[in-house]
Amino acid sequence: YNSPAIIPGMQEKQYTPSLLNFFIYNPTFGPREGEEEKKILFYHPSDVEKNEKIRNVGLCEAIVQFTRTFCPTKPAKSLHTQKNRQFFFEPEDNFWIVMVVRNPMIEKPNKDGKPPTVEYQEEEILDTVYGAVVRECYSMYKLFNGTFGRAMEAGGVELLIQKLEKFFYRYLQTLHLQSCDLLDVFGGISFFPLDKMTYLKIQSFVNRVEESLSLIKYTAFLYNDQLIWSGLEQDDMRILYKYLTTSLFPRHSEPELAGRDSPLRPEVAGNLLHYGRFLTGPTNLKDPEAKFRFPKIFVSTEDGYEELHLIVYKAMSAAACFMISASVELTRDFCEQLDGLVGPQLTLLASDICEQFTVNRRISGPEKEPQFKFIYFNHMNLAEKSTIHMRKTASVCLTSVHPDLMKILGDINCDFARVDEDEEIIVKAMTDYWVVGKKSDQRELYVILNQKNANLIEVNEEVKRLCATQFNNIFFLD
Amino acid sequence: MSEEHYLELCENPVQFEHASSVNNVFFDEANKQVFAVRSGGATGVVVKGPDDKSSVAFRMDDKGEVKCIKFSIGNKILAVQRTLKSVTKNASVLGFCWTNWNEIVFITDQGIEFYQVFPDKRSLKLLKSQSINVNWYQYCPETTVILLSTTVQGNVLQPFAFRNGTMCKMSKFEIELPVVPKPAKLSLSERDIAMATIYGQLFVMYLKHHSRTANSPSAEVVLYHLPREGACKKTHVLKLNTTGKFALNIVDNLVVVHHQSTQTSLIFDIKLKEPDSAVNMHQPVLPARSIHPYRIPLAGPAVVPSQPPVPCQLYSSSWSVFQPDIIISASEGYLWYLQVKLPPAVILLQDKGKLMDFLLRRRDCKMVILSVCSQSTGEKGSLPVVATVFDKLNQVYKEYLEAEQTYTAAMESGPSRGSAAQKRPVRTQAVIDQSDMYTHVLSSFTERKGVSHKFIIAVLMEYIRSLNQFQITVQHYLYELVIKTLVQHNLFYMLHQFLQYHVLSDSKPLACLLLSLESTYPPAHQLSLDMLKRLSTANDEIVEVLLSKQQVLGALRFIRSVGGHDNVSSRKFLDAARQTGDQMLFYTVFRSFQQRNQRLRGSPSFNPGEHCEEHVVHFKQLFGDQALMKPSTV
Repeated sequence: YNSPAIIPGMQEKQYTPSLLNFFIYNPTFGPREGEEEKKILFYHPSDVEKNEKIRNVGLCEAIVQFTRTFCPTKPAKSLHTQKNRQFFFEPEDNFWIVMVVRNPMIEKPNKDGKPPTVEYQEEEILDTVYGAVVRECYSMYKLFNGTFGRAMEAGGVELLIQKLEKFFYRYLQTLHLQSCDLLDVFGGISFFPLDKMTYLKIQSFVNRVEESLSLIKYTAFLYNDQLIWSGLEQDDMRILYKYLTTSLFPRHSEPELAGRDSPLRPEVAGNLLHYGRFLTGPTNLKDPEAKFRFPKIFVSTEDGYEELHLIVYKAMSAAACFMISASVELTRDFCEQLDGLVGPQLTLLASDICEQFTVNRRISGPEKEPQFKFIYFNHMNLAEKSTIHMRKTASVCLTSVHPDLMKILGDINCDFARVDEDEEIIVKAMTDYWVVGKKSDQRELYVILNQKNANLIEVNEEVKRLCATQFNNIFFLD
Repeated sequence: MSEEHYLELCENPVQFEHASSVNNVFFDEANKQVFAVRSGGATGVVVKGPDDKSSVAFRMDDKGEVKCIKFSIGNKILAVQRTLKSVTKNASVLGFCWTNWNEIVFITDQGIEFYQVFPDKRSLKLLKSQSINVNWYQYCPETTVILLSTTVQGNVLQPFAFRNGTMCKMSKFEIELPVVPKPAKLSLSERDIAMATIYGQLFVMYLKHHSRTANSPSAEVVLYHLPREGACKKTHVLKLNTTGKFALNIVDNLVVVHHQSTQTSLIFDIKLKEPDSAVNMHQPVLPARSIHPYRIPLAGPAVVPSQPPVPCQLYSSSWSVFQPDIIISASEGYLWYLQVKLPPAVILLQDKGKLMDFLLRRRDCKMVILSVCSQSTGEKGSLPVVATVFDKLNQVYKEYLEAEQTYTAAMESGPSRGSAAQKRPVRTQAVIDQSDMYTHVLSSFTERKGVSHKFIIAVLMEYIRSLNQFQITVQHYLYELVIKTLVQHNLFYMLHQFLQYHVLSDSKPLACLLLSLESTYPPAHQLSLDMLKRLSTANDEIVEVLLSKQQVLGALRFIRSVGGHDNVSSRKFLDAARQTGDQMLFYTVFRSFQQRNQRLRGSPSFNPGEHCEEHVVHFKQLFGDQALMKPSTV
């Protein structure tokens, strides 16, 4: 993934940030000399020579120890060097995750056959963004495996190493470090806008399903990859949402896309036609060989965590996640029952929501291309909204603005994080864009304005107008 | 079984001297009076009405056997018939009916005569008459309609309506007989016809007996709707699913069919739609049950107190049944009103949707409906059933609210032409509002042990959903109940989501309630401020909240943005600014108000009424006199 981008007109090659190393270690596992290798639980890339692994781990250990002398509770989080940047994260006692990212660089060709000069762009990447990426790696592991401690209890270091290997081998391939930005820092949830009545119908649906299929402990409801209802607590939902929208849904979007030309064959349950299908578990209920195994996830409870089957069931654009205690074995019978009950209702709801959505859109008028783009985030409910980002796909998250502007947004965010008080920052970017950051209580708003000749006062007025129209139903200090 | 008797005789029957060789008993359907005539009236006539006021006792001369005796409406005039033949024409007098306090109709076998009575002159004036061969007649006092059986077979019925001195011939109609006799003979008995108003409409009920030849295996009651104007139409068929002797009553708009041989009764509700059967075919609402066993309370001086009440023989052959709801036992001297008991329906009718439809149309339904609600939200409750019950309730509730609204609007727009038609809508017991639900069902239900909180919340949300579906404004106390329940179970995230989608509508009390939750759930602060903002009438509250959080600048900027800066109390802001201990903040706020003073009054100084003296002193102490804004010289 180090494919260079060629900038036309120049013979330079530009390299985006990329993953150099990713390792997990526990210094207490090999405290004695000669046993250092035992500390290492996972190392990527795996083909690195053993001594180099030990050396790199040792270095990290030393840095963390060293910085601890200055602030025992907050050891170093990252190390900046010319060529790369390292991120340290201790998710559980003595377990460290380290990610090493190579700085973006520009390769300038030299005349006379000399080797090209490499220029590292040391200040281009943001600690907050990649720090968040590391934390998310851990959260995702924990969602599917529980804590490191749990694996240790269940099967010692061997089991933990096995699990880490199995999980991260695939997961690291899905990391796209070149397209990480402010949204990774927020790790927010996009909520589907919905009128009260339709929302209550969904509530009613969820409650009824949970009543008739009493095995179901929690339910989450999404439409168009946006959340509408979560029975899970916020933090668990946050990571599950991430998994659903960046991994599971993109993998299963094809049938819907193909739908128009080659109509799907709807399932027939009883007399009712429906479009419901399982995204996890059996792909075809009628297949006599079908397996009724579902991914298991771990969510927090008041006194620890619990393990659950994750059933994701989708009809058209509506998806319902049903979570059932992992101690229960799920049978064909249950799945058929669920399919028969949920399929028709979910199909109906999906078309209801769709209709409501188009009605609302018609009322609000045709969408004009606005003069601005924005990112909004609310720390309280993790609600996130971005007109900068295109639809997420399995591979990359595309933005519609220049990376330089994204970097400015990230910088403003860092400034906000430093103080508790409400703030407003207005920046004029090199490219004639204006970038405005506002923080009010727990909310952050970032606006990119494309008004070359505007002055500061006009920009301020423009943002006020934006707040009045887009955010008139929340308390947002001017 | 005893809780399954859904019909009962009233507790306080009208008691009269039972019929005997010396005592003749008459019943007047119009005034609901029983006449006990001893020895042709010579030894006394005792009249017992439904209440004491309508009871009278008197004597009259014995001028022969009394055939019929009736008071005019309001006990003004007494009419007595002693022979069958009238003197003037050689016709048999079939009977007479009072249609008003001074108007009387005589029905003979040859026609009908309508008279006005002048009591002072002791004379009658013929208002109208009509010649027609009559077999028998029936009278419906409620609507003052007389129905005559005409033709040889007797199955062509001719109704007449009377009102304020006029007699109006309504359109005649024919009852379809199960078998047409040959040769023709009287085939429709007056015993098989009854008139009654059901749901405000006049119906002629025809008890159609089974007939082997006509291939109808069981008897049925056929209802003919008799409108004031227009043709009479066969509208409903009640399937009795049995044969034998029947009698009809109407109680609470239900058709009650008594079956003598099985000693049971059936009830039919013509508004209850049968989804599976053809239009307007009705099956009994409930399975057949007998009237609740009745014991005759022995009263009077002859009775020893310890003597137990005697069981009364129900469905006795000596019973006479009158419309709408009267049962008389002449031999025992009792007149009962038949009553419907609703609680057994709850046990007997499994389909809760149908049950609600049935109950919502009954007179004394409120407590029973509320008990159904409590039951449905109990341990065996199921959400779809709960939803159906709520939807049915709120449908009626909404209709009432709308009628009320239309009425209020009409009243406000002033008396217009034809405004007499605007009557205030009657609030029946079927109107179960949010306060009823809260008091009798929901508040106790949320406290109940052994019900999962998941179910409790689901039920509350279902009720709110139903109210919203009928566009009824949800009352604050329901939201409060939802919030209380969620908070009790630490379900803050759920609460947050509900608020996010505005399921709990904005209001000041709700915003204040949220504020109070801040210590246990910090995001409640933001939710509350958002709500206050949306209300747009709560700017003062927002300022208070911000100041209490020491967000003095925020408060100032906010009040400025909504244009309220000129009216706020400067002291309040200065107090808050000083409390923060931030000197620069105090300086800024102080100067800002000085500027305001300058703008408003032309001088930066504070008015004595603003009580800012101590802050002025404090400002001088901190920054010196020279930092004070000087009055500008314009």
